[in-house]
Amino acid sequence: MFTLYTRRRLINWLTLGTSSLAMAFGLFWLGWILFTLLQHGLPGLSLAVFAQNTPPPGSQGGLLNAIAGSLMMTILGTLIGTPIGILAGTYLAEFGQHGWLAPVTRFINDILLSAPSIVIGLFVYEMYVVRSKHFSGWAGALALAILVIPIVIRTTENMLRLVPNSLREASAALGTPQWKTISLVTLKAARAGILTGVLLAVARISGETAPLLFTSLNNQFWNSDMNQPMANLPVVIFQFAMSPYADWQQLAWAGALLITFSVLTLNILVRVVFHQQTSTH
Amino acid sequence: MPNFLRYTRSKLQNWPDVLFRGVTRLSALFVLILLAAIIGSLVMGSLPAIKTFGFHFLVSSEWDPVADQFGALTPIIGTLVTASIALLIAVPISFGISLFLTELSPRWLRRPLGIAVELLAGIPSIIYGMWGLFVFAPLFADHVEPWINDHLGTLPMIGSFFSGPPMGIGILTASIILAIMVIPFIASVMRDVFEVVPALLKESAYGLGATTWEVVWNIVVPYTKVGVAGGIMLGLGRALGETMAVTFVIGNANSLSASLLMPGNSISSALANEFNEAVGEIYTSSLIELGLILFFITFVVLALARFMLYKLAKREGKAA
Repeated sequence: MFTLYTRRRLINWLTLGTSSLAMAFGLFWLGWILFTLLQHGLPGLSLAVFAQNTPPPGSQGGLLNAIAGSLMMTILGTLIGTPIGILAGTYLAEFGQHGWLAPVTRFINDILLSAPSIVIGLFVYEMYVVRSKHFSGWAGALALAILVIPIVIRTTENMLRLVPNSLREASAALGTPQWKTISLVTLKAARAGILTGVLLAVARISGETAPLLFTSLNNQFWNSDMNQPMANLPVVIFQFAMSPYADWQQLAWAGALLITFSVLTLNILVRVVFHQQTSTH
Repeated sequence: MPNFLRYTRSKLQNWPDVLFRGVTRLSALFVLILLAAIIGSLVMGSLPAIKTFGFHFLVSSEWDPVADQFGALTPIIGTLVTASIALLIAVPISFGISLFLTELSPRWLRRPLGIAVELLAGIPSIIYGMWGLFVFAPLFADHVEPWINDHLGTLPMIGSFFSGPPMGIGILTASIILAIMVIPFIASVMRDVFEVVPALLKESAYGLGATTWEVVWNIVVPYTKVGVAGGIMLGLGRALGETMAVTFVIGNANSLSASLLMPGNSISSALANEFNEAVGEIYTSSLIELGLILFFITFVVLALARFMLYKLAKREGKAA
C-alpha cells in the first residue's frame, strides 16, 4: 500500500507525535494540580492562617502551630542529618577506592534513598517512641533526619567526584595534611553542589507526612517543647482534609497551597540559581 | 588520593588525618548500622505476630481486630496490584517524555521542561492524595467509571475486573494517581540513561538515513536497556512504598475483590490508617509485620534496580 519510504516516515511521525503527547500529558497533570491548589487554597489564605493556632471544628483558626512545628522539625532534621551525610559522602568519594565498606555503603545508601518513608516512621516509633513512651517532636525530627542522610550522601559523593584531582595534588604538594586538603580544598570547591543537595533534601522532607504520623503525631495547641507531640503541616493537612468539617477542609487546602509552593519554589530556586552559579564558574 | 601519601608522615604527626578518616569511615558505617537497625527493630516488633500466625499471616485475608485474627493477603495484593497497574500506565508515558526531552525538544525548551517534570516529582505526595480525593475521584466516578462499566465490564473473561459501583475511590483510582506520581521518577532516569548513548553511534545511524524513531528504537533502546529496566524498577519501588496518595483514594476496605473499581487496601495505607489506633500487642505487631513485608519487597525491587543501573554505568565506563 505504501512504499517503504512513506511507511518509515509515517511510523516516525506517529511515534514522535505520541511522544509529544506524552510530554503534554505530564504537563497537563502538573498544571491541573497547581490550578486546583490555587483555586481551593487562595480563598482560605488570610492573615489568620499565620497568626492563629489550629481550631477545634466549627470555629475560626489558622495553622500557626503547624507551620512552626514543621519548621522546627525540618530544621532539626536537616541539622542532624546533614553532617552525617556529608561525612559519609566524603568517605565514599575520598577514601572509598579500597576495601568493602564503600561499595556496600553506596549500594545500601542508594536503596535507602527510595525506601518507603512510612517504614522509617515505624522504625523511629519502635526505637524511640516506644522507649520514651510518648510521641514527640524529637522523634519526628529523627525520622526526617534519616530521610535526609541518603540524599546528602549521594550529592556529596557526586559533587566531590567532580572536583578535579589536580586540586588535591596541588594541595598535597604543599605538604597539607589530608584532612585539611579535604575540608579546606575539596569540600570547599564542592560546597555549592553540596548545598544544592541539602536544599533538595529540605524540600523533600518538608512535604513528608508518613514518617511523622507515628513519631511527632499532632498537637492542637501551640507547643515549642520538642519532647511533646508536635503539630506539623502535613499531618494537619491529612487530618483536616479527611474530616467532614468544611472549615477544616478549607484550612487543609490553604496548608496544601503553602507547602506545595514553598517546596516548588525551593526546587526551582535550587535548580536555576545553582545552575547559573556552576555554569558561570 | 594516591596511596603512598598516607604513609609518608610519621604516625605521630598524622593523628588528625587518622581521626578524620576514622570519623568519615564511622559515618559511612552508620548507614549500614541504620539498615541493620531498621530490619532488626521491625523483626523484633513483629515477633509476636510471627509467633502467633506464622506463615498463615501471608496467605490469610482475614483482618479482624476484634477477634485478634490478622492476615496480610489483602494489603499485600492491594500493594502489588496498584503498583503494577501504575507501572503499566507510567512506563510508556515516561518513555515518551524522555524521548521528547532527549531527541525532539528544541534545545532552549529542554531545561524548562526538565524542571517541570522534576516539579511533578517535587509535589508532596499528600497533595496528590488530596487532589485525587477531592478533584479527580468525583470526575472519575461521574465520567469515566460508568463508561468502564458499560464497555469493559461487559467483556467476557476480564469483565469482572471492570464492573462495580462507580464510587470514584478504589484500586483503579489509586493506581492512576500512583502512575502520575512515578512518571517523573521513571522519566528522569530514562532521560539520564538516554543521554549516555555515544553521539557517534546515533550519528552513524542518522548518516545511514535512519529516521529519529529508528535511531531511538534500534540504537538508543538496545544500548540502554539495562538502565531503562533499572529506572522502571526504581519507579516500582516508589510505587510500592507510596503512602499518602494511596491512603486518600484507595478506600481502605479490608476485603478482596476481583473488581478494580472496588475499594481495597495497601500495606502502607493500612499502616497510615490503623497504626495509631491499634490496641493490643498482636494488632500492633501485625501492623509492624506488614511494614516488614513492605520493606522486604521494596528492598528486593530497589536492589535489582540499582544492580541494573550499575551494570549500565560499568559498560559506559568501559566504552569511554
